[in-house]
This record gives sequence, structure tokens and C-alpha cells, in this order.
Amino acid sequence: MEFDSVFWGFLLRFAHVASGIMWIGLLWYFNFVQVAAVAGMPDELKPAIGKHIAPRALFWFRWSALSTVIFGLWLAWVEGYLADAMALGLTNSGAREVTIGFGMWLGLIMAFNVWMVIWPNQKKVLGMVEATDDQKKASARIALMASRANTAMSIPMLFAMLGIRHLADLGAFG
Amino acid sequence: MNPLDSLSGTVITGLVLTVLMVLAISAIAGGGGA
Repeated sequence: MEFDSVFWGFLLRFAHVASGIMWIGLLWYFNFVQVAAVAGMPDELKPAIGKHIAPRALFWFRWSALSTVIFGLWLAWVEGYLADAMALGLTNSGAREVTIGFGMWLGLIMAFNVWMVIWPNQKKVLGMVEATDDQKKASARIALMASRANTAMSIPMLFAMLGIRHLADLGAFG
Repeated sequence: MNPLDSLSGTVITGLVLTVLMVLAISAIAGGGGA
């Protein structure tokens, strides 16, 4: 067995996909399950989510977002297409680099949203940092919209991520 | 009305973004459509 780029590519892809399942799984849990459940829940039950479930879910959410990005960029570097993909294939017009490049940029925007928008605002909503009731209300709105934007972007992101391995082989994208 | 206020609006937005992305990929990669 050789420890070449094929081996490291597999290992990094495994870590990238495992992290990504954790991240997007929790993103979809928030959007498809928790938001609707909390909205229709009696007020006295809401602290169970806010104090016990959401902080734990957000811990795995934000760190898996970071590890997904790190393993993904590392993978693209090991396999030699990082620069062309980040340039959206405008450097070489390769269908694979264009496709994965769109997925990578969507993923990077989403990870930025997680760390720079959703998490700072959720800390106020959950009372981890000081905030007035008005600030909490505003933060909850911003966090929800960023989370919903990430859910919308996760669909083309996944399409591009899977597309590089499958659609190009089928002759799609020319 | 913000389409991201509802989950169905969010999913439809994602699908619309997917179509736009495929068109952009096709244009950049020089293909004749997806």
C-alpha cells in the first residue's frame, strides 16, 4: 500500500464528507425541525431547547463547519485543483474546476455565515453574552435569515460537490 | 415578503440557485447546457 495522493485524497475526502454530514445535518435539523417546533411549543417548554439542546447543537454545528472547510481545502490542494477551482475555472475552463469551484465558494460563504453571523447572534439569543430583549429579538431574526440563506445555498452547494464526481463523468457541462 | 421566511420558499430559492449555478457552470466551461 502506497501513501500517495490517492491515499491521502481518500482519507481527506472521508473526513471532509463526515464533517459535512454533521454540519449540514444540523443545519437542516435547525431549519426543518427546531425552528418550527419551537414556534409551536408552549412557552414553559422553550427553555429545554434554549438551554439544553440548542447550545449543544450549535457547538457541533460551528466546529463541523470549520473542519468541513479545512479538510475540503486541504483535499483540493492535495489533488492539485485548489487554485483553478477558487478561480471558478476561469483560469482553465475545466468543467470539473468550474463545478467544484462553485461548490467551494458556496461552502465558504456558508461557513462565514456560521462563524461571523449565526454564532455571534445566537450567543445573544441564548443569553451567553449580555443583550437587551430588543437586541435578542433582532439577533434572532438575523440568525434565522442567515441560517435560512445557508439552507437555500446548501442545495446548489451539494449539487456542485456531487457534480464534480458524477456529472462531469456523464459528459454534463460540455 | 421574504422567501426565506418559509421553509418551502427557502427550498425553492435553493433550487432556483441550483439552476442559475448550472447555467453559469455551462457558460464558463464552454458546454452547450447541462
